[in-house]
Amino acid sequence: MSTETQSQSHDHGMSDAGYIKIALILAAITALEVSTYYVDFGPLFMPSLMIMMVVKFVMVVSYFMHLKFDSKIFSFLFYTGLGLALFVYIVALATFKFFIA
Amino acid sequence: MAETATHTDHAADHGHHSSTGLSNNKLAMWLFLGSECLLFGGLISTYMLYRGRVQDGPHPSQIYDIPFTSVSSFVLLMSSLTMVLAVTSAQRDDDARTNLWLTITALLGATFVGGQVYEFTTFYREGLGFTTSLFSSSFYSLTGFHGVHVSVGVIMLLSTMGIIKRNKITGNKSEVVELVGLYWHFVDIVWIVIFTLIYLIPS
Amino acid sequence: MAIIERPSSEVATPAVVAPSQALGAIRRPVATKGWREWLFTVDHKKIGIMYGVVAMVFFIVGGVEALLIRLQLALPDGRILSADQYNQMFTMHATTMIFLFAMPMAGAFANYFLPLQIGARDVAFPRLNALSLWLLVAGGLILNASWFLGGAADGGWFMYAPNSGPVFSPSNGVDFWVLGLQIAGIASLIGSINLIVTVLNMRAPGMTLMKMPVFTWMILVVQFLLVFSLPVITVALVLLMFQRSYGATFFDVSQGADPLLWQHLFWIFGHPEVYVLILPGFGIISEVLPTFSRKPLFGYPFVVFSGASIGLVGFGVWAHHMFAAGLGPVSVAVFSISTMAIAIPTGVKIFNWLLTMWGGKIWYTTAMKFAIGLVVLFTIGGLSGVTHSVAPSDTQQTDTYYIVAHFHYVLFGGMVFGLFSGFYYWWPKVFGKLLNEKLGSWNFWFMVIGMNLTFGPMHILGLQGQPRRMYVWTEARAGEGLFNFGFWNMVSSIGSFILAIGVLFFLINVVITARNGKQAPADPWDARTLEWLATSPPKEHNFDRIPVVHHLDEFFHRKYEEDPNTHTMRQIATGEELIRAEEAAADSDIHLPGPSYWPLVLAIGIGVLGLGVVYGTPVMVFGAAVVLLASFGWVLEPSVPEAIDYASPDGDGHSKEIATHG
Repeated sequence: MSTETQSQSHDHGMSDAGYIKIALILAAITALEVSTYYVDFGPLFMPSLMIMMVVKFVMVVSYFMHLKFDSKIFSFLFYTGLGLALFVYIVALATFKFFIA
Repeated sequence: MAETATHTDHAADHGHHSSTGLSNNKLAMWLFLGSECLLFGGLISTYMLYRGRVQDGPHPSQIYDIPFTSVSSFVLLMSSLTMVLAVTSAQRDDDARTNLWLTITALLGATFVGGQVYEFTTFYREGLGFTTSLFSSSFYSLTGFHGVHVSVGVIMLLSTMGIIKRNKITGNKSEVVELVGLYWHFVDIVWIVIFTLIYLIPS
Repeated sequence: MAIIERPSSEVATPAVVAPSQALGAIRRPVATKGWREWLFTVDHKKIGIMYGVVAMVFFIVGGVEALLIRLQLALPDGRILSADQYNQMFTMHATTMIFLFAMPMAGAFANYFLPLQIGARDVAFPRLNALSLWLLVAGGLILNASWFLGGAADGGWFMYAPNSGPVFSPSNGVDFWVLGLQIAGIASLIGSINLIVTVLNMRAPGMTLMKMPVFTWMILVVQFLLVFSLPVITVALVLLMFQRSYGATFFDVSQGADPLLWQHLFWIFGHPEVYVLILPGFGIISEVLPTFSRKPLFGYPFVVFSGASIGLVGFGVWAHHMFAAGLGPVSVAVFSISTMAIAIPTGVKIFNWLLTMWGGKIWYTTAMKFAIGLVVLFTIGGLSGVTHSVAPSDTQQTDTYYIVAHFHYVLFGGMVFGLFSGFYYWWPKVFGKLLNEKLGSWNFWFMVIGMNLTFGPMHILGLQGQPRRMYVWTEARAGEGLFNFGFWNMVSSIGSFILAIGVLFFLINVVITARNGKQAPADPWDARTLEWLATSPPKEHNFDRIPVVHHLDEFFHRKYEEDPNTHTMRQIATGEELIRAEEAAADSDIHLPGPSYWPLVLAIGIGVLGLGVVYGTPVMVFGAAVVLLASFGWVLEPSVPEAIDYASPDGDGHSKEIATHG
């Protein structure tokens, strides 16, 4: 069950231009995020900020950190940690009645 | 029974036969980053719990400078781009370009840290010390930890540049840059969370 | 991060190997004999033995602390320990036993046997392995130095804030506790990453995950528990350190802090931690029981998956340690249910072990006795645990000796018995000698009787109302009749000394075996897993030829095959024959990592850096400088060998080069 270790990242699926595009998208989202400080989003404020945060997070992880193109084992290791973190801390905060308005 | 033998050719790359086909170092780095989620999660949760508890000193809304922090967030975000470009340059074996992008990344990272230092000293002058309130302790602990991580990252970037120059990376050069990159991006995504939860969402 | 070293070919004597030049600045340590061989080694077997020695020393330290507690509580109005000393004693007893005995002892077994069980020559990151060991030593020294530097920590091993804050715990004891644990925690975190990568990447060809021995599987689950739970206590310790040493107010209620923050952070780590403690013991007996039942483990996939489930669900039950803390009925109900749920996979394991023994041809060696002991005693402890999961019932039990009884049954009857089973089982492989079985019997029976006499009565004491952490009890509170506090406390204290004698038998056994023991055969138990394909003790490179694996219990299947006519197993080879065959077909080019100074230096640097929190910034700066120096030295240490060979120390004519994966 042994194979050669891949020293090179295999098929990127991403050229330098592609990375720049991702960066531009991230910059645009950031600008939109900052705009919530100046523009009243009303009831959309929280959901849109959270969505934008998650989108940026996942984009950096998937593309810049190449997780989307790499072995699923890496995703398992990282997302298990992230998942456990989200779970334990949200539950803990919930016991502090943090999410009750 | 054929033996996938360890081999004698060390001039080639380490050619490690691993059960998964993946690199030991890369597995280790992703595991480490997974565990760091729990570290920063704890600090972020502490902040979220305590951010409204201001027995003394300024309130978050009175002290945060969103325009300033937005700029430094943007700087860190762009450093992730330059980091990726360093990695692709290293994979193309282009030492000069790798060096260039690593330098720019380090500069952007140092700028971010500089911005943090400026922010901290400004807050301090405005009455927000480390021990002033639960909010302040939590804020400084969280962002301070993050800042230290960025600083360590800058040291790693500079060290990587140094060893590439001295030709002292004997193993997989592009992998070293890639691993430093993973760490660097992680520090960036933690800030993505911090910027939103701490700065943009008022308490 | 393999360290490659190729000593000069001119060396004639195999004992000393000429140094190679590392950057021309600092030479690598090359002495292969004496104390330097141990101090700078990166060999997983030597590191495992050192872990074992360190853990054993702390077992005795923690045991003495326990005996002092039992002496104090044997009679009413005890005067052996003052209240303050008593607080330090139970805090340090627990902290030492958990962090400086149990985890390192499991680490000893894991370090020594995991590579052997998967057919590897070392772990993925040998220098990091050494670093983990030396960091543990540093942490243990710092923690116990507190005894001599103003008093040990006295807030209980769970160190609840604000009691553990500067106001109520003014001595440096808690500071040393925080530092010691932080450093030991780093050691475990590094070790966990190391072992996970080792298991993922360094298995012998043909060894799929579901062909790995159960011990390896349980260790793997433990490492995942550690890698994800340790950062949480890191946060807790950092917050406490900031409060104690730098004036932060994280747990200062007058400033609006919530004490439950500490409890959550601590127990989010603390609960997975108890599974970290027990799973290695489960893994050990999952090897011992089949071997001495002459039967394969019953339901291997179930044992594996239940172990993984325990690990995962273990992250979802922590607040059952907080049932009386005022969480509110919803939280309590949720955690009550999850706690009941986790009894299920544990029960699955018990049944699998029982069914392994059922119908088997039982060989009552000492190892087997301890293994059976674990099954029985852990079940008792687990049952009291189930009563705790019922929150209303727990409200009566919590903070009483009933809880003390529960966790000592699962920890001593479970974990410690598992470890002792492992000692007797694997001693011949590690040291080449069999521990004396007669002494082993005395060891076992004194421990079993002592353990039950010590902790059995605690169930009753708890229900009679004796609280935990109470430094003295009086006649007035002892209750009516003969069987009151007085009676059961005395029984418990006597039991603790019987237990201590049992441990003494073990130590005597070790010494006598070292002096007089005969060379053990390579496969004394007719065992099933790959570590027995190595010599006793294994050669430095473990396997002459990396085995190709076709079966679960590969070693067994190389000795026995099924007779197609009678459908019984018949022996086709002995262990010794297999090992000799491997020697004949040995690899001609074997790579091993070379020794290094940097793990030890870096551990010292981190220790000094930590002490700077207590002793001031100059110390911290000095420590940081050492850390920086050691880090760069480490990274710059050559990882590619120079082009020279040397005669192998074994004199078998094969060159021994250095390089492992990574």
